[in-house]
Amino acid sequence: MTPLHLLFHILGTAVVCSPIVLLAILGLSTLVNRPLSETSIARFTQAAVLFSLLPAVAILLIMLATDIRYVPIELGNWVTIPEEQFQFHLKFVFDRLSIPFLMLSCVLCGVVGAFTRRYLHREEGYGRFFLYYAMFFCGMVLSSLASTIETLFVGWEMVGLSSALLVAYFHERTNPVRNGQRVWSIYRLSDAAFLIAAITMHHMTGEGDFGGLMSSGVWPEGTAAITSSQALMVGSLLLVAAAGKSALFPFSGWLPRAMEGPTPSSAIFYGALSVHLGAFLLLRLSPILEASLTLQVMVISLGVVSAVCGAVMSRVQNDVKVSLAYASLTQVGIIVVEIGLGLKYLALIHIIGHASLRTMQLLRAPTLLRDYSDLENKMGTRLPRDAWVGAGFLPPRMQRWCYRFGFERGFMDIALDKWIVQPFVRVFRWCDSMERQVTDALSNEASRESDQAELHPEDLKSAA
Amino acid sequence: MPEFHFPWIEVSILVPLFGAVWIHVLGNRDNILRHAIAICSVTLALTIGELIDFVLIGTFEAHDHWPFIDWMFDRDVFVVDELSAFQLPLAALIFLVTVMSTLRTKAPRFSLKLALVSETLVLATFSCRSSWTLIVLLIAATIPPYLELRNRQRCTRLYVLHMAVFAALLLVGYGWLSMTEMNSTAVLIPGALLTAAALFRSGVFPFHLWMTDLFEKATFGTAILFSTPLVGAYAVMRLVLPIAPSWALQSIAVLSLVTAVYAGSMALIQREARRMFCFLFLSQSSLVLAGLELVTPIGLTGALCLWLSVGLSLTGFGITLRCIEARISRVALADYHGLYHQMPMLAGFFLLTGLAAIGFPATVGFVGMELLIEGAVDIYPLVGTMVVIAAALCGITVLSAYFRIFTGHPTRTQVPMHARPAERIAVLLLTVLILGGGLVPQPGVASRYHAAKELTRLRLTTADATTESRESSQQKTSNRAAVAVATSSVLP
Repeated sequence: MTPLHLLFHILGTAVVCSPIVLLAILGLSTLVNRPLSETSIARFTQAAVLFSLLPAVAILLIMLATDIRYVPIELGNWVTIPEEQFQFHLKFVFDRLSIPFLMLSCVLCGVVGAFTRRYLHREEGYGRFFLYYAMFFCGMVLSSLASTIETLFVGWEMVGLSSALLVAYFHERTNPVRNGQRVWSIYRLSDAAFLIAAITMHHMTGEGDFGGLMSSGVWPEGTAAITSSQALMVGSLLLVAAAGKSALFPFSGWLPRAMEGPTPSSAIFYGALSVHLGAFLLLRLSPILEASLTLQVMVISLGVVSAVCGAVMSRVQNDVKVSLAYASLTQVGIIVVEIGLGLKYLALIHIIGHASLRTMQLLRAPTLLRDYSDLENKMGTRLPRDAWVGAGFLPPRMQRWCYRFGFERGFMDIALDKWIVQPFVRVFRWCDSMERQVTDALSNEASRESDQAELHPEDLKSAA
Repeated sequence: MPEFHFPWIEVSILVPLFGAVWIHVLGNRDNILRHAIAICSVTLALTIGELIDFVLIGTFEAHDHWPFIDWMFDRDVFVVDELSAFQLPLAALIFLVTVMSTLRTKAPRFSLKLALVSETLVLATFSCRSSWTLIVLLIAATIPPYLELRNRQRCTRLYVLHMAVFAALLLVGYGWLSMTEMNSTAVLIPGALLTAAALFRSGVFPFHLWMTDLFEKATFGTAILFSTPLVGAYAVMRLVLPIAPSWALQSIAVLSLVTAVYAGSMALIQREARRMFCFLFLSQSSLVLAGLELVTPIGLTGALCLWLSVGLSLTGFGITLRCIEARISRVALADYHGLYHQMPMLAGFFLLTGLAAIGFPATVGFVGMELLIEGAVDIYPLVGTMVVIAAALCGITVLSAYFRIFTGHPTRTQVPMHARPAERIAVLLLTVLILGGGLVPQPGVASRYHAAKELTRLRLTTADATTESRESSQQKTSNRAAVAVATSSVLP
């Protein structure tokens, strides 16, 4: 190994290990019931972000100086069964896609970490927030730098879990918890699609390394080493995974629900980073998209539909955070269209610009409302609001329908409930009642003691 | 066959048995729980000793050095091999943490004597290869839960019916097998009977009703101890795997996969925590069974890894639920309880074990699940994806249960419900294993792969021997026919 490669290896390892160490510190202190002070948590977080960001900047500078475009960091096999060609390779890559996305993640996580230190000062769940934050940060770094689909999946899962738990951060209220559950359910289904895609890719190429999948060149020049029909199959599954993570149509229902969490988490996760992770996945695997025209058309269509839905929905919301969330969806839809059209650099620049702007808007949202209120009080009247001129061209009936479509959030949640959740529950409730009948008949008595379980036995009067 | 340096197997089987007698002699003393914990700890230490000795010997199988009950059993009855070497400490650990997490106030309901007898039977079962002793032990292990149901004056019909069918299938199947030549196709019928028995014991759909009934009527501890060591899967490994053809096993794997999805879906709609746990367990144990029935080295490795993971994580998940039940009685999932402030440590452990059970990254189940999916998709490209669907459904169930039990409502009571020291130790012990196995999975995977390869090799050797003897018998028949034809052509 040359000194330059050794330097890359040390810096790259620091980038990856820093968030893992933060997660280990915060996780262990929670596990052994020895909570850290607010100051310690904040310092550890700042240090972790810095120890990820600075080595990443150093790697970028060295790459620019030496004109190296691709730096793989091999940390060996986490698990391997050589006889079966099964391996879980810990390989990370610094290239023109991962470095900007990594730096974006570090900068935004750092900003939001600093903001949260004051925003959640003396809140009971301060430590819990930063634990989930550490998991999210770790997931983002792993996803950004992953060079194998398995590593990407690990990061993807961590982002998913931390997001769901953060939505349910105010866990003494029912609504945030319900919304957290909803987010998690959609994530799990899209993760299932991701996992099936990963296994299918493994079978096609014999390895999960993106390098093996892209037979020639590094991002964005690679071409897929699979056939068009294979690309269509894998790409469709990945599209479902990306749609779930980026709240694209028809999974957009979770995005406004995610705004139940504290403002910093809404800003960083659902406004800036999490919603772009699906687009990042499509960018990372863009050679697969290019291998199939049908797939490209699917990607563009999905982007257009999501952007239009997001634009309509964002205009009729009565909550600033939800309105911003749908505005994010519009932009993510456009980014997906750009990816479908093969405009990879434009999509990457769009992601970075949009994520930064949206973080700023969401962090500013609570104080902005207060400022508007002060302004209106001083003016003695409401601020003038311009109606969208485009609406005037539509017939009144269409205008009403658009309003209802936007207000009901595209009927997406209603449709998912009606056509998927309710039939599922109905079928398995029926199975449950059949089981009950059989067990009752065989036992010759009411067989379920669980029916007598009190709804709230923990109430003061009955607690042991 | 290589020998251990100490009779680990027999001593670890006898310690809980004598412990049960000791507990009986002590009667209803206050410190009876401590004695039970000590006995289970000694048993665990012995099984760990056996594992270390086994690894040091570096062989596929080994038996005791000074077998002092060889007047009763054949010398080779209790043998530990690469499959059971890890299952024995796991089973002993399951018993230890379950006994440790028993509240003193609940000790009279949960029979420690029967738990120790069950431990003896489970350890003896896992130390036993295919023989009549194994059949007897498998049947005997069904008696302690029956006695508890009787003592609690609950209806035993459903349990007795299923276990009677299980016992009958085992006896008839193994009896038939003993009288059948291993090289004939007639072995398929006793093989099918033994498979049916194993499916009954494992609670594969539609033979799972006894398990939900047991979780309803027995104490939670007994139900956990009877189900989580996965004795049914062990029966498949010992009785069915060596004789059944691959196509038959792989067909049964589809049934196990269907059970995994069905149970995962049922877990999602349950309105009470024990039933939810039962279906979650059924879903995960069916995945283990499916992996074993794939009979490919990678599928088998995945199943063996998942077996350990399910044993650890679902025992942890179960004992956490049991700790909550011990404080507030049965937990309804129809509404939110908001117990996080009362028991933050148990909340964290509940989430951790639940995530480990579904194979979340960095927990012990992750690599096993990956291997299992890989193995399932290898054999059934489309049906194999059911593993992923089952895992997704279980994942939704776990977080839903977490939210319903620990969040969603302001604190309803000021009564503290923190974990006791013994519970904390049990929880931390399992946490270390779950995270340790998840972060450093290679040694475990390598050892399970080696075991899987050896088991597959032994199976192939048996199959080759069967094929050879079939071919030679066919050859003999055709020679006889040729001689007969030649004789008839020569004779006028």
